[in-house]
Amino acid sequence: MIKIKAKDVDVFYGKKQALFNISLDIEENQVTALIGPSGCGKSTFLRCLNRMNDVIDICSVKGEILINDFNINDKSCDVVRLREKIGMVFQKPNPFPKTLYENVSYGPTIHGMAQSKQEMDEIVETSLKKAALWEEVKDRLHEPGTGLSGGQQQRLCIARAISVRPEVILMDEPCSALDPIATAQIEELIDELKKEHTIIIVTHSMAQAARVSQNTGFFHLGQLIEHGSTDKIFKNPDTKKTQDYITGRFG
Amino acid sequence: MNKNKEQLLNKRYKAEQRFRLYGLSAIFMALLFLTIFIFKIFSTGYSAFQKTWLIVPVTFDAELMMLDQNPSKEDLQDADYYDIALKSMADLDPNANEDQENELKRMVSYFFEKEIKNELLNDPNLIGKTKEVYLTASDDLDQVFKGNYPRDLPEDQRRVSDYQLKIFDQLVANGKVESKFNISFFTNADSREAELAGIASSFMGSIFSILVCLMIAFPVAVLAAIYLEEFAPKNRFTDFIEVNINNLAAVPSIVFGLLGLGVLLAIFHLPRSTPLVGGITLSLMTLPTIIIAARASLKAVPPSIREAALAMGASRMQTTMHHTVPLSMPGTLSGTIIGLAQALGETAPLILIGMVAFVNTIPGSPMDPAASLPVQIYIWAESAERGFVEKVSACIMVLLGFLIIMNLFAQIIRHKFEKKWS
Repeated sequence: MIKIKAKDVDVFYGKKQALFNISLDIEENQVTALIGPSGCGKSTFLRCLNRMNDVIDICSVKGEILINDFNINDKSCDVVRLREKIGMVFQKPNPFPKTLYENVSYGPTIHGMAQSKQEMDEIVETSLKKAALWEEVKDRLHEPGTGLSGGQQQRLCIARAISVRPEVILMDEPCSALDPIATAQIEELIDELKKEHTIIIVTHSMAQAARVSQNTGFFHLGQLIEHGSTDKIFKNPDTKKTQDYITGRFG
Repeated sequence: MNKNKEQLLNKRYKAEQRFRLYGLSAIFMALLFLTIFIFKIFSTGYSAFQKTWLIVPVTFDAELMMLDQNPSKEDLQDADYYDIALKSMADLDPNANEDQENELKRMVSYFFEKEIKNELLNDPNLIGKTKEVYLTASDDLDQVFKGNYPRDLPEDQRRVSDYQLKIFDQLVANGKVESKFNISFFTNADSREAELAGIASSFMGSIFSILVCLMIAFPVAVLAAIYLEEFAPKNRFTDFIEVNINNLAAVPSIVFGLLGLGVLLAIFHLPRSTPLVGGITLSLMTLPTIIIAARASLKAVPPSIREAALAMGASRMQTTMHHTVPLSMPGTLSGTIIGLAQALGETAPLILIGMVAFVNTIPGSPMDPAASLPVQIYIWAESAERGFVEKVSACIMVLLGFLIIMNLFAQIIRHKFEKKWS
């Protein structure tokens, strides 16, 4: 089933066009990887999906992005409600300089998801468990989140993102600042999370894309060159450019 | 070729050594100036914290005080103390003629009869008895006792006569002159008499001005900074505002004084010489300093924190209020304290709005006339009496102490509440 449907999306930074005519369908409860060399526009596209590009003054987005058949670029779309449904995990772990508990409970608090302290405790616990962090931190929930290791911080950020039970989770190179062991933990987690969430992950590691994703889109110079099942992209790509990138001839 | 390289190397080492030397001498010079400055102030000012007292036997003669038998408290209040006061001074030299009695009277402070009166009010049983009472020495004798007075000048160039010196030396020899900690320097308001002048009025005036300044400047500046940094679109108009805030920070303070005079006093008719007007004027001056500090500390909050909050579905307002502003507060607060410390040391604008007036009462609210510490320094520095010289330095010491405490506080806030982010 198709969860997100992008139609002819163009993105401009001032006068410079960063994305050209992107049309891409994203399957529900699957992991879609966006790959491509640096500056190809894969992160820009990802940020279109929860309208994070709004933050950048000079950035403008054209075209339709349908999530559950609703165009999020429409004027009637409220970004706060949108971002409640579409969580995001960033490249560098960015926990709030507050306690672990406050980090995870922040989303449910501002969206009024818990009626009592008990309910909130439950949300925090489930989120941390789903992020495979509970066992490591259950005794120090009220210590600052910034005191964790890099990999733990990133899992905390994932727990924070899933605390509001989003339908989609966007991940912008979530492992690029982590060591191989922490990376393996996060990848395992992604596999688990896709049961309940649709996941879109930007990565510059082709091995990672091959390991975690079911579908892959290849971006180059602001164009979506090719997209399809990960198997096909990696084993039998349609275009020569994809073939060259996959085999490491450029990028 | 090789030799050439060696020369270059030597040259480089020498250049670096020279540079270090310049740097060290610059620091040495700065420290030297600071030491001289502080030494001068302390050596002149420390004696102001001591006050000289003459111990004089006073006979509380009911008849001279025009008191009946068993006087009530009111009677004691209204009694006439001048005669017994005069008499106790005159009794210091039984052979004194009328002129000399007058000179004896001038050996103590102008309000010595009040000191005698307080003595009796504290202990009404003294009526009819004789007690040794501590009387504030006149400012000139105070200086004589502290060794600041040139005794070897010819008599007609001195304010202290040979006769007074003779009696004073006798008192000293008999142990009837004592030096004690000068509490009245901190509890008295300003006075024309140097021995009675204190900093209470100007200290309270400074505190009230700073409070008014804080209450106006802080909220306005923080709101302006938050709006400009987090909400305002970046365009020509906001650039223009930014440039002008920086310009405002560079405006000479006396111009703000003129503004206070022309607008607050002339148009709004606020009470002259009050900390209220002083505080408002100072807040205009402090405003740009706080705005700049607050904007800098908002800018220092990493964008990743804002993105994290926004991506969680926080609105712009929630992102700002829940995350950015609390994280920027330590920087904003220490900037505010530095701005207030500047305002505390400001003299020129306060002179223009009339806080330079002679105020001999301690203000109870920002609406009462008051001086401020730097203006007090200015007023005393203009006074001719020798007794004010040490007061000027002492007042500078108090002001410096105040400033150092505020800056220390700013440092503590910055270190204690600064959050580390990954």
